[in-house]
Amino acid sequence: METAGQLSKFGYNVSLVEKEKTTGGHLNKWYKLFPDRRDSTEVKAYLERITSDKGIKILTGTTIEKLAGTKNGLSVYTDGGEELNADAVVVATGFDLFKSSRKEEYGYGIYDNVITSADLEEMFRKGRISMLNGRSPKTVGLVHCVGSRDEKVGNLYCSKLCCVTAVKQAIEIRENLPESKVFCFYMDMRMGGAYYEELYREAQEEWGVNFIRGKVSEASESINDKLIIKVEDTLTGRPLKMELDMLVLMAGMEISKSGEKIAEASGLKTGDNRFFSPADPHYGSNRSNIQGVFYAGTCTMPMNITETISHARAAVSDVIDFLNNNKKLDG
Amino acid sequence: MKIEGKRAIWSEYQKEIADDKYFYVRSCIRQNFFPGSEVAFLRIMREELGKDVYEHPCHTTCSGIGYHGDVVPVETAMTVVARQFALMTEAGYKNYVPSCITSFGLYTEILETWHHFPEVEEKIRKQLRKATGREFNIPDNLAHASDIIYKFRKEIGTKAKYRLINKNTGEPLKVVDHIGCHYAKMFPSKGVGGAEYPYVLAGMVEEWGGTVVDYPERRHCCGFGFRQYLVQANRGFSVACSKEKFESMQPYEPDMIITNCPGCPMFLDRWQYVINEIEGKRYGSNGEGIPVFTYEEIAGLVLGYDPWDLGLQMHQTDCKSVLDKIGIDYDPDTKYQISGEIKKVKEHNFINV
Repeated sequence: METAGQLSKFGYNVSLVEKEKTTGGHLNKWYKLFPDRRDSTEVKAYLERITSDKGIKILTGTTIEKLAGTKNGLSVYTDGGEELNADAVVVATGFDLFKSSRKEEYGYGIYDNVITSADLEEMFRKGRISMLNGRSPKTVGLVHCVGSRDEKVGNLYCSKLCCVTAVKQAIEIRENLPESKVFCFYMDMRMGGAYYEELYREAQEEWGVNFIRGKVSEASESINDKLIIKVEDTLTGRPLKMELDMLVLMAGMEISKSGEKIAEASGLKTGDNRFFSPADPHYGSNRSNIQGVFYAGTCTMPMNITETISHARAAVSDVIDFLNNNKKLDG
Repeated sequence: MKIEGKRAIWSEYQKEIADDKYFYVRSCIRQNFFPGSEVAFLRIMREELGKDVYEHPCHTTCSGIGYHGDVVPVETAMTVVARQFALMTEAGYKNYVPSCITSFGLYTEILETWHHFPEVEEKIRKQLRKATGREFNIPDNLAHASDIIYKFRKEIGTKAKYRLINKNTGEPLKVVDHIGCHYAKMFPSKGVGGAEYPYVLAGMVEEWGGTVVDYPERRHCCGFGFRQYLVQANRGFSVACSKEKFESMQPYEPDMIITNCPGCPMFLDRWQYVINEIEGKRYGSNGEGIPVFTYEEIAGLVLGYDPWDLGLQMHQTDCKSVLDKIGIDYDPDTKYQISGEIKKVKEHNFINV
């Protein structure tokens, strides 16, 4: 959306193709953003504003099957059999949240009160955190790195945002349920963003969130419908067994299925992490291996919203350079 | 608990199981622990299902206990296993069926290793040739004997004389299923239902009328754990492991436990006696122990086999409560007599009849 808006500002005709019924992607499902707890609708409103220009044609409910170079530029083929012609294409297919049921040992989709970070955001938006029986949880555990840094599921990379999401959500649980106890189970706290570390400190000092360094090995359900988790506290070197009312899985990021499909059909290179592989990791992160095809945002790697918008704007620079000079870019 | 979530996982972990012509290899220890189980398997396969099951008199230990006990090197274990495959090849069979879970785990591990490192397979072939002059083919199909019973659970169900239902209440019996660690924990895709929510025994229980108890320590080790027991100084850990499971399952008031491993029924059965001796504690809802069975014993019971032919008199924890709940017709006076099917086995030389 950012790329479309900026290109339109420069006077280019832009077609924005969205597979869902509405634009906005994962932002539609998030309630408040880290680290400043801004309402996500404000960012969404900005993106909608910049894409409301008449020069942008928005095609929702349309899936791209393939991109291909032609004599006159590029063709984009949709699932409806339509062929769209363009001088340049920006791939911004984003990410899918890791399917948490793949971590079978945590029991997502099996045990009643095992939910994901996305499910919790939905509860925040509805204004009520509740278990399946309608009651409020008194003890909540948040599991970091679900589907990230995990050889077993084939994702060696860090999704980068789950730690700060967990910290933000832990604070929000404590705000909503002041009597609750919240435990975060982490491998490492990776707070590498502006004001992330401060938020982590706030969670401990002001909200009493407990951070336990260790991976949850398994979850199960007791006869009283409580969740029982096993985890190793690696700082004390002791195994723990805890009863919880709710377990929240911090689902990591993976290249979207639709992005994967386009990559395969179009011959766009992907990396070992399966995300789109830019032409150059340092100075060509918006460029692809196909002339005229560019990347924007999390289709190349996990990013937060600020980074995604910046990356999308950087793509605009490469696209304009390409269109004006109509030649193969360096790198 | 959302059963549909489990069913989704079960549907993902289905394996290919051959439907006839099996090369069956017995366990080193099951014939001592639960002597009627393997005979029951053969009887069910041959007499009830009409299958071709072959046993080779030269089959030896697979060396899995030694391997997992850290006293047999992996190359030795591989060469021993290669010899077993040679026996199968010589007998003209292609579907390998171990009775033991640790054997199944070892065979799976070795086949996977050879698949990824063909040079290791080649080395083992040379070693076997040098030592015995034998050659072998890789089995077309490797399935644990419980996989086979699982595959034919519906056929067994249609022939069943009894169901896992309490005849007095009409309620399904509550069954704890315990899967041997080496069945799927090493290679989840090789087990029916995977490693976290295995279905191999649950499928039998459901088919034969019972209901499966999902309790918090369902995945916990039975207590055998090889070095927990084999090293005498560690045996306290072994009892403690079993105790953890009993404490966890007790609130659900299970009627029985079903297992598919040589060690699991042994330890879940015998340690109940030991815990009772040490602490005076019993875990069954009737003030007695929770009876522990092998899957062959349960299959035999539902098919109407005499409990004493199945070897239930060899259990430390009395099985009478389950026999009475199901309404099985048995004669308590013949409990320790050699009779019926056991005589038949002796007369007919049950190997490869």
